[in-house]
Amino acid sequence: MVDQFAIVMSVMTLFWGIVGGVVPWFIPKGPNRGVIVTMLVLTAVCCYLFWLIAILAQLNPLFGPSLSTEIIQYLRWAWD
Amino acid sequence: MVFRSEEMCLAQLFLQSGSEYDCISELGELGLVEFRDLNPSVSSFQRRFVSEIKRCEEMERILGFLLREIQKAKIAVPQEDESPLAPPPRQVLEIMEQLQRLEMELSEVAKNKDKLQRNLLELTEYTHMLKITRTFIHSRSRHEALGPQYEEFPTMETDSATGSTGMQRLGAKLGFVSGLIQRVKVEAFERMLWRVCKGYTILSYTEVDESLADLDTGEISKSFVFLISFWGDQIGHKVQKICDCYHCHLYPHPENDEERADVLDSLRTRIQDLNNVLHRTDDYLRQVLQKAAESAYTWVVQVKKMKAIYHILNLCSFDVTNKCLIAEVWCPVSDLANLRGALEKGSRKGDATVPSFVNRIPSSDTPPTLLRSNKFTTGFQSIVEAYGVGDYREVSPAPYTVITFPFLFAVMFGDLGHGVIMSLFALWMVLTEKNQNKKRSSNEIWMTFFHGRYIILMMGLFSIYTGLIYNDCFSKSLNIFGSGWSVKAMFTNQQWTNKTVQTNALLTLDPNVSGVFSGPYPFGIDPIWNLAVNRLSFLNSYKMKMSVIVGVIHMSFGVVLSVFNHLHFRQKFSVYLLFLPELLFLICLFGYLVFMILYKWLAFSARNSSQAPSILIHFINMFVMQGKDVTPLYPGQTGMQVFLLLIAVMCVPVLLLGKPLYLYWQQRGGKGLRRRRGYERVRRVSEDDGSITSIHEEDEEEGFDEVTSREAPPKQFDFADVLLHQAIHTIEFCLGCISNTASYLRLWALSLAHAQLSEVLWAMVMRLGFKVTTEVGVVFLVPVFGLFAMLTVSILLVMEGLSAFLHALRLHWVEFQNKFYHGTGVKFLPFDFSQLPSVFEQDGLL
Repeated sequence: MVDQFAIVMSVMTLFWGIVGGVVPWFIPKGPNRGVIVTMLVLTAVCCYLFWLIAILAQLNPLFGPSLSTEIIQYLRWAWD
Repeated sequence: MVFRSEEMCLAQLFLQSGSEYDCISELGELGLVEFRDLNPSVSSFQRRFVSEIKRCEEMERILGFLLREIQKAKIAVPQEDESPLAPPPRQVLEIMEQLQRLEMELSEVAKNKDKLQRNLLELTEYTHMLKITRTFIHSRSRHEALGPQYEEFPTMETDSATGSTGMQRLGAKLGFVSGLIQRVKVEAFERMLWRVCKGYTILSYTEVDESLADLDTGEISKSFVFLISFWGDQIGHKVQKICDCYHCHLYPHPENDEERADVLDSLRTRIQDLNNVLHRTDDYLRQVLQKAAESAYTWVVQVKKMKAIYHILNLCSFDVTNKCLIAEVWCPVSDLANLRGALEKGSRKGDATVPSFVNRIPSSDTPPTLLRSNKFTTGFQSIVEAYGVGDYREVSPAPYTVITFPFLFAVMFGDLGHGVIMSLFALWMVLTEKNQNKKRSSNEIWMTFFHGRYIILMMGLFSIYTGLIYNDCFSKSLNIFGSGWSVKAMFTNQQWTNKTVQTNALLTLDPNVSGVFSGPYPFGIDPIWNLAVNRLSFLNSYKMKMSVIVGVIHMSFGVVLSVFNHLHFRQKFSVYLLFLPELLFLICLFGYLVFMILYKWLAFSARNSSQAPSILIHFINMFVMQGKDVTPLYPGQTGMQVFLLLIAVMCVPVLLLGKPLYLYWQQRGGKGLRRRRGYERVRRVSEDDGSITSIHEEDEEEGFDEVTSREAPPKQFDFADVLLHQAIHTIEFCLGCISNTASYLRLWALSLAHAQLSEVLWAMVMRLGFKVTTEVGVVFLVPVFGLFAMLTVSILLVMEGLSAFLHALRLHWVEFQNKFYHGTGVKFLPFDFSQLPSVFEQDGLL
């Protein structure tokens, strides 16, 4: 099984990279072109950054979750 | 909306006497330019076109009266989509005449109607009175037949010869006064009669069944019919006076039954006739109003436009030699061609011999700021302008606000379910916007939400994304990809046995054990944290660090934007003396903090979690330069930190003294440079004189700006002033860096509050509904869900939404914009008919 983290990382980076770096070139010329390009780039940066922070924070957990024993019993058999 | 506000120029319009009205009308339709007042010292009563404006106001008064009458008759005024143009002066008199005629007609009809109604009321009262006094008399005659007790009150029916009463012996005559009196006055009336006439009068009264309307006050009240029998003339006078005093309506009392019957008949026919006439009057009035209503809207718009045009004409100055009006306008440079076209069109319409033309003139005044926006960007533009309109040609934060504002809102609001509801609400408003615009509701709160529909849509969409990342949907998590934590692994590795599960209430998963943690959740926060008891320990740490990272990046972006301002206003020295120290200070201190956060996330794992340092302690140690007791994060940490701290500390004096000293040197010393610049300035001005009427290139326009911006400072260069300003700026920036970074922690605080409120609502309300399992539970769930939905909308959507909106706004206005934005400009307000409010719309008449 290839490293799941690497796949996820490359997929997300590629996706937001396309949204922020490639799509702006295809926006037709008009009075709103500047605004639309700004919006695309900013959206890509903000969303990618937010996702990145979330995944990096969970990459190396320093402690695990404390669960009540009822939940442990349930999860033992319900989740693989 | 663009990067910075548009280039403006001051232009002079020469309007020929015949066509000035039409030219201004054209300009008003297009909404291109802003007029300046050329007669500021003249009072409004002394201006040229005062009489025309008075005429317009008279017409507005009549229109107001007309609209009120139309509204009273409940006729709808049809509104056209296209607004009519301002009428030429010859048509104005026609409209005036029509309106005056209508007013006269309406007031006459109203007066007649009033008279008729009064008449009708009188007749109705008379009828009632006759009917009721008949019962008095007859009841009395019945009593008469019973016994002799009522001898003192001989009725008119019996012959006076049959019984001689004590009264007749005195030779007094019996008189009757009858009429109607209001219910509230009856007791007082009776008492007054008794006191004054002392038993020489008898009063009988009964209530009228029908309640009649009192015409003077318009109230509907009950009246009493009364009959006073008295004898003696003096008593009669007194009775009359008392009746007058109590505002009774008196009617002649008939002598006998036949007379009464006759009068009743004639009254009945008269009442019928009157009713007919009243109906016809009503119909006629309605007809007149209907006809007027058809053209009422057109008239209102035309009068409004006319009045506006005359106001603008009052602002112009009259040139006697050329017999034309001169107007000074601010016009965007890109619209000069349109302006010329409009003047030509107006001249053609006005049939003037010489066409009006426009002349561009140089000016040292600061032009107003114009930022064009479409229906999407208007909302964001207005929230930036609520803080302050940008200076002329300053970088505008609005295009970035379109995305960063909803994003910061969503970080504080992040919930998938709530985001979906918000987006749907905003989507509904956007899809029905045409209808809503037509309806033009007067409810202010609704209009506020409606104007911000695109903002709310963006906020909702971003909230959906952050809700997915926080993995929070109505306080529950979604498990789409499979959790990275495995409970089973704890059992297979013999960490836990069935016995441990039975004897403990809480157990903690250990990521050191192999197989327990298989990698981070691919998109967002792992769903297992929603089930964990120590959920907040993890989430708080994550969210606080996230807030600091987002905050530092947002602020750095703001500082970088200031470069564009410095470069545009040809203050290259500011780039080295302001921007560079500011950026270095921010990056060396808080950028380093962000680096430490990222380093700790990447370098430390569960294996060496006991040695994982507290970032905060390290950061504080950096400032006090005491890193010896704590183990370093990475080799060379102390050296690196000292270096960064030194750079940051050195930036402060540069920031404080750099700009004032440079300007001082530039003004005093640096003679060689100044001569060259002076020559350049002269050259530029002479170039500009020659090509004033043509549209300039961007570079030459920069020259204009440079001339205007350079002319001001050398006149009054006050070193102390500049130094003081710079000192304030330095202190504000440096202390502000720390406080603003901490301020971004509100992103963490509000998202925590939202998540907790959401969880409480679920646990306290919805879960109760699910716990009841019998058939009763199904029925019970319906009101429980209703309560849950109502509380979600009111507390979590409205209250939390407004709160997050406000905090995101504050973060933009203070923490982001004070890095580069001045916001002390004046907004460009073009003369545009569609922007002018109508007095009648405000009154709700139209």
